Amino acid sequence: MSVLRLAVHRLLYGVAVLWLVSTLVFAFLHLSPVPAERVIGGPRATAGTLRLIRADLGLDDPVPVQYGRFLARLASGDLGDSHAGGEPVAALIAERLPTTLWLVLGAAVLWFAGGVALGVLGATRARGAADRVTTVLVLAGLSTPPFVLALVLLSVLGTGAALFEAGPPMQEHFLRRMTLPWLALAVLMVATYARLTRSAMLDVLGEDYVRTARAKGLSRRRVVYRHGLRAALTPVVTQFGVDLGALAGSTVVIEKVFGLQGVGQLVHHAITLGDTPVIMGVTLLTTLAVIVANLLVDVAYAALDPRVRPA
Amino acid sequence: MTGGGRGMTSGSAWARLRRDRAAAGAAATLLLIAVFALLAPLWARWTGHPCDAAFPATGLAADGTPRGPSREFWLGADPLGRDVLVRAAYGARISLAVGVLAALLAALAGTAAGTVAGYAGGALDALLARLMDTALALPHLLVAITIATTFQITSAAGSLALTVLVIAFFSFAALGRVVRGQVLVVKERPFIEAARATGAPAARIVVVDVLPNVAAQVAVLTSLLVPAAIVFEATLSFLGVGVRPPMPSWGAMLGEGGAAFRSAWWLLAVPGTLLLLTTLACNLLGDAVRDALGPERGR
Amino acid sequence: MTALLSVRDARVHFPLTRGVLRREIGRVRALDGVTLDVAAGETLGIVGESGCGKSTLARCVTALQPVTAGRVLFEGTDVAALSRTGRKAFRRDVQIVFQDPYGSLNPRRRVGSIIADPLAVHRVASGEALRRRVRDLMDLVGLDPSHADRFPAEFSGGQRQRVAIARAIALRPRLLVCDEPVSALDASVQAQILNLLRDLRDELGLTIVFIAHDLPAVRYVSDRVAVMYLGRVVELAAAEDLHARPRHPYTAALLAAAAATDPAETGPIATGGGLPLLQGEPPSPAAPPPGCGFHPRCPRATPLCRREPPPLISRPGAPAHLAACHHVPEHAALPAGPEAGS
Repeated sequence: MSVLRLAVHRLLYGVAVLWLVSTLVFAFLHLSPVPAERVIGGPRATAGTLRLIRADLGLDDPVPVQYGRFLARLASGDLGDSHAGGEPVAALIAERLPTTLWLVLGAAVLWFAGGVALGVLGATRARGAADRVTTVLVLAGLSTPPFVLALVLLSVLGTGAALFEAGPPMQEHFLRRMTLPWLALAVLMVATYARLTRSAMLDVLGEDYVRTARAKGLSRRRVVYRHGLRAALTPVVTQFGVDLGALAGSTVVIEKVFGLQGVGQLVHHAITLGDTPVIMGVTLLTTLAVIVANLLVDVAYAALDPRVRPA
Repeated sequence: MTGGGRGMTSGSAWARLRRDRAAAGAAATLLLIAVFALLAPLWARWTGHPCDAAFPATGLAADGTPRGPSREFWLGADPLGRDVLVRAAYGARISLAVGVLAALLAALAGTAAGTVAGYAGGALDALLARLMDTALALPHLLVAITIATTFQITSAAGSLALTVLVIAFFSFAALGRVVRGQVLVVKERPFIEAARATGAPAARIVVVDVLPNVAAQVAVLTSLLVPAAIVFEATLSFLGVGVRPPMPSWGAMLGEGGAAFRSAWWLLAVPGTLLLLTTLACNLLGDAVRDALGPERGR
Repeated sequence: MTALLSVRDARVHFPLTRGVLRREIGRVRALDGVTLDVAAGETLGIVGESGCGKSTLARCVTALQPVTAGRVLFEGTDVAALSRTGRKAFRRDVQIVFQDPYGSLNPRRRVGSIIADPLAVHRVASGEALRRRVRDLMDLVGLDPSHADRFPAEFSGGQRQRVAIARAIALRPRLLVCDEPVSALDASVQAQILNLLRDLRDELGLTIVFIAHDLPAVRYVSDRVAVMYLGRVVELAAAEDLHARPRHPYTAALLAAAAATDPAETGPIATGGGLPLLQGEPPSPAAPPPGCGFHPRCPRATPLCRREPPPLISRPGAPAHLAACHHVPEHAALPAGPEAGS
């Protein structure tokens, strides 16, 4: 019952955040010093054309009417149309989404697996070589912007080897195209997750029930994996939910550096064109994704660990 | 951080910090970079290359690619024929100023929000805590891009101010949450009740009795916010939504390098190294300060 | 004799809740109907084991904690109904010294500034006059005025309590509440602080509510003593009278305990003579026993004690000596108590 109540609570909160963000987006659209009809019509459009565009977009209606229409459209999944090309933003995003999802998925698998493996190593051999390497890596990870690492990877590994050249079509050279972007996204996060797994494991391994399991004669390896790892994964999963938002931002940079035609590139092009509906659509969708992910993580966390039941 | 005379405890924290060799190295690095930034006009005078001036005749090869480090361009030229050394020095000013200003602003806002939430409690606390949670949950970079693109500000000062504000907004919540937690702890300590018993108003208790007891944590968190803010600025400028060209910042320089990196390694190496050195040194120093204050934190 | 402070049937009950609906499943009765008066110029001692509600009483009397029922009157005015200016005046007139001299001083402030705090808050003095007042106060409580720039960490526990006392008397309060001011100190230092409080009382004409868990310390400084048990006053009498002729078996047990731990303390324990030392812990204030709160530990408990809570009343011939026990001999001969508790 408590888990259900938590889920409802978080769901309501998520809806509230989403509403808040979409209202902000609406406000931005209206506060923008560059009018939408100017972006659509281009610099040479006549006053008459601009008026027509305004009327077409309903920009002459009272603000509350526009706001209501905006929310109603959002609720039905319509994110509006691109100012630059006129296509529906939702369609644009849907077209680019697979590339970005593959990018995120591959990087996440890499960093999750790498981080947890390194963390377990650090916890079972505290103060060993792996432990020290992660300490240095954590610092590097905090200090290096992903785009700098991406640039370095591209110019060091990408120069000589045509393997990693940006350009070959996605379908035929999937791994070639994705390896470096995956690395650039994942390497810096590995350290953070290694540290997190390590401290969570050390906490769990010190607890009574784990010591009892050891005393019962279970092998060390069995105890570490059966009890330690499983319990230590919960805070790691929580952190994963938190990091999703940051990850979404990083894809913009990574896709720009590696020339991947994903949602991030869409955003980047929209930046150069001043195409606000596209940027806002992506922002709203990402917010939704982050909220849903956090909701799932929170609920899973509460369901898994009865000690943590935030009010 | 908050003045010399803090009694014995801060004396020993200071002594611990001074014994930390990594911290000394980090401080020296930051000092060097700051001097490098301050002397930017001097570099421009010595090389004869003003910051935004392009020298296609001397800076670019016949095929239009930038020339590498030479006696004319100590750290090479960029694709427009501008001096990378001079631009890196002026860019350092922007990167450091934006980082420090944004961190200070975030620290101010975060401390205020965290303190009010923690000390006042009740509905105000719930509201502020939710606001901070929300700010943390948003996809920072995307929202920052949205804001920066919407308000297409063309003036240099305007773009700087917007960048600082955007970074500060997304950094204040993390600090505010920690401060709130600390204030909740400090609030329960008996000397706060003693202050209430003297009849001191809440504002005075917060300033005189609460804030000095969270100042150490705020100092540590702020010093860790600086590198994060520098990275954020670099990312925004790299994407072209931070400071406006031709204003240099390390992130903008990396963005302008574009496809030329393959042949012109200095375009990546110079701003990249400066950026990494700065953030690494800031993080090292922040960690060292935290460690030095460590034994006191439990109190 | 008009009362400076009057407490009338004061209660502090904290609800215990459980579950999402915050269902009340019980109440902690930290204070469960306390009535007493403190006359101007007198020192009232309050004694009892930890958890008996004596610190809650101190916090109610100083308006740091509201009562959930009953009233606390200072000079006849209910402290819960004070106006803004009235509250400010109340804060000037009523000061408190806390138990923990380590926690009650802000470690980040110099002691001079801590002592000056009440003077600065109430804008009594500033600048050089303020510094002079602080030096005088430090001198008065036996501290070296040249140490005003030091931090609390540089002082011993006894010295810190002197700082706390200096802060509390800075505004010349009319009522000083001392909440276990010596409990955290070494025995030798305790005597010094007790002497300081006595000297200050005589010198400044202070009215003091002195709270402690050990009877000898309370007796040493107090004119009258109230013994508390489980949120109620069980006995209230002049210090010497209480010591010589305790009425309540709990008081007798406390005296016996003091005599056992302190060989110098050889007062007659006539009425309570032969009582064993207190056994066990007091019941939880969240689940007080029915009837007399002391009956589970009382050697004289009868079915009446388990059923009826005894009122706090006096007996003929000693109107100033109140006790809440069914078995005070003279009282037992009387018909049922005419007035209950007030």
